[in-house]
Amino acid sequence: MKKLFLNKNTKDTTITLTGVIFVCLIVQLWMSFGSMSSLLKGLMVPLCVYTIMAVSLNLTVGILGELSLGHAGFMCVGAFTGAFFSKCTDGVLPDGIRFLCAILIGAVFATLFGFIIGIPVLRLKGDYLAIVTLAFCEIIKNIVNALYIGRDENGFHFTMKDSLSLGLSEQGEVIINGAQGISGTPNDSSFVIGAVLLVITLFIILNLVNSRSGRAIMAIRDNSIAAESVGLNLTKYKLMAFSISAGLAGVAGVLYAHNLSTLTALPKNFGYNMSINILVFVVLGGIGNIRGSIIATIILTLLPELLRGLNDYRMLMYAVVLIAVMLFNYSEKAKDFKEKLGFMTRKKFHAKEDK
Amino acid sequence: MKFKKALSLVLVCTMAVATLTACGSKEEGGNTFKIGGIGPVTGGAAVYGIAVQRGAELAVEEINAAGGVNGVQIEFQFEDDEHDAEKAVNAYNTLKDWNMQMLMGTVTSTPCQAVAEKTKEDNMYMLTPSGSAVPCIQYDNAFRVCFSDPNQGIASAQYIGGNGLAKKVAVIYNSSDVYSQGIYEKFAGEAANQSFEIVAAEQFTADSATDFSVQLKKAQDAGADLVFLPIYYQEASLILQQADAMGFAPKFFGCDGLDGLLGVENFDTSLAEGVMLLTPFVAGDDDFSKDFKAKFGEDPIQFAADAYDAIYIMKAAMEKAGVKPDMSISDMCEAMKKAMTEITVDGTTGTGMTWSADGEPSKEPKAMVIENGQYVAM
Repeated sequence: MKKLFLNKNTKDTTITLTGVIFVCLIVQLWMSFGSMSSLLKGLMVPLCVYTIMAVSLNLTVGILGELSLGHAGFMCVGAFTGAFFSKCTDGVLPDGIRFLCAILIGAVFATLFGFIIGIPVLRLKGDYLAIVTLAFCEIIKNIVNALYIGRDENGFHFTMKDSLSLGLSEQGEVIINGAQGISGTPNDSSFVIGAVLLVITLFIILNLVNSRSGRAIMAIRDNSIAAESVGLNLTKYKLMAFSISAGLAGVAGVLYAHNLSTLTALPKNFGYNMSINILVFVVLGGIGNIRGSIIATIILTLLPELLRGLNDYRMLMYAVVLIAVMLFNYSEKAKDFKEKLGFMTRKKFHAKEDK
Repeated sequence: MKFKKALSLVLVCTMAVATLTACGSKEEGGNTFKIGGIGPVTGGAAVYGIAVQRGAELAVEEINAAGGVNGVQIEFQFEDDEHDAEKAVNAYNTLKDWNMQMLMGTVTSTPCQAVAEKTKEDNMYMLTPSGSAVPCIQYDNAFRVCFSDPNQGIASAQYIGGNGLAKKVAVIYNSSDVYSQGIYEKFAGEAANQSFEIVAAEQFTADSATDFSVQLKKAQDAGADLVFLPIYYQEASLILQQADAMGFAPKFFGCDGLDGLLGVENFDTSLAEGVMLLTPFVAGDDDFSKDFKAKFGEDPIQFAADAYDAIYIMKAAMEKAGVKPDMSISDMCEAMKKAMTEITVDGTTGTGMTWSADGEPSKEPKAMVIENGQYVAM
């Protein structure tokens, strides 16, 4: 009954966090003692990755109120820096510590990129901002595809031409091999680590939203002129939200890179398609609604896999489901219904946006 | 209350998921061999995946009609991976839930590497028809039908040098493609030992694969008398057209990716006259090509032939190893690994194919030249 004395926001946060932890525990138990199918077991880490992506994008799109189409670019930065680190230190550091460092490095680099890209990008608004973020995402992907880094006893070699021009000695190994990316990254990701990272992500974002900075960010979203007039530093708060969002996407990237033994920057995984996919999770879950993002991500990630039985028709079904959910989510009746459930209190808070 | 409702919703979702997934995984391995296949049948690389699926299905039908392997029928199921490593692993897990015993796949290199990691964990026998990158078969449970990328690059350089086809060679390759880049690197490495020099090495990426005038111009200016194209046939057809339009007429030389060139829609095949390619397979008058055309209404490309051979190679190894459908996956893999090094297979992509324990096939590439709209052996 302690919860009754907490204020509304804290209560909301606690509910989301305990809910997620509870579900993770059930899944973990099901995994260890139950008969979970191999498909679901294999999907658990990607689920964590995409949930972290969706939740972190929601910070930019929902809380900061800027449409970003370049979220996959930051995931790419995190994935490649993390995998690069792991590949370099494989066998040097103990596995656990190495992976922890990889996650930190991925997060730091992605945050840095978010910061650097954020400086020019956040001067723009609306569609212009969306287009520029999209461009940066493509730039990151293309640079990674042209990058060759190798290592031998003389240290690191770097070129953007081809792997022959690295001039490696006999014992040297190519770490990032252009379009072939990084292969042989150790498979460190597991559901437990993914779940812990997810909870940490939620903790960071929910606390940020309910903090003084979070309120400042939302004030900027609702009316930037008013926010500026009361003395809020627009650039500071915008950059804060944008780089935190990027950093968390970097964490998701590291998790992604350590789940598969090959890492290549294709349009499918780090390009426009992925950015849009994540945005779909956010929009369908409800912009600004963290809990909604989680649920939408889980359903929409599982859906194409569970529809495998339909073969070629599954993408069609996926599209139909997207349209149906979209119609359902934004119809007046459904809104009333949800109000009644009291399930989306945040909606009232953000009612302005939906109109 | 809110929390309870939210939770119950999540739980209902998980349960719904659970019931759905349970459907596919009830059957226990009985008296058939279950072979799984993975490849892209949707998306940009779909043409290769579909070819492999069809080639494999044709072979399975023929084998089953002829009484199966050691009297046991084969079941074949093919899953889509959309040319994506993550989806490929999902496809692999789906097939595992279906109780797959052996894997014929995957079709493309990057997903293949990711799946190889998983088959290694499960110690499942895998044979990739067309995963040509080196790490695809880095573990001892994995074998392949096609040539590896380095193999093709070196063989091409040796062929051009050995037969004195050219003095100055230009290369146009796709730097965003693993296959193309892999061949180019080994080609360039081997070229140093050969009698020709590479005067221009021009790249393009998947995003800019429609206009090659810059690359061709550079090749022309460098005075190249042969252009090496380690790329797939769609881009090659554009290069041939654009070279013709600008009045640049060197010799063109390609690898197995060029097979299919004559089948490109709206392509003037007279432009392909004199194009040379090093390939293990071309569609012709053999039984496989005829059966394939009769069944699917089009000429098979090399990927279909690789897959067709893959199934027959598996059959040969299974017969040699004497595997039974009720063996465990791991035992089956051990038996197959041993048998693979002992068999010799005559297939559509080569005669007298043998395998070493590292999984590489040993077969001779055939050099073909296009004359009068036909592939002719050189």
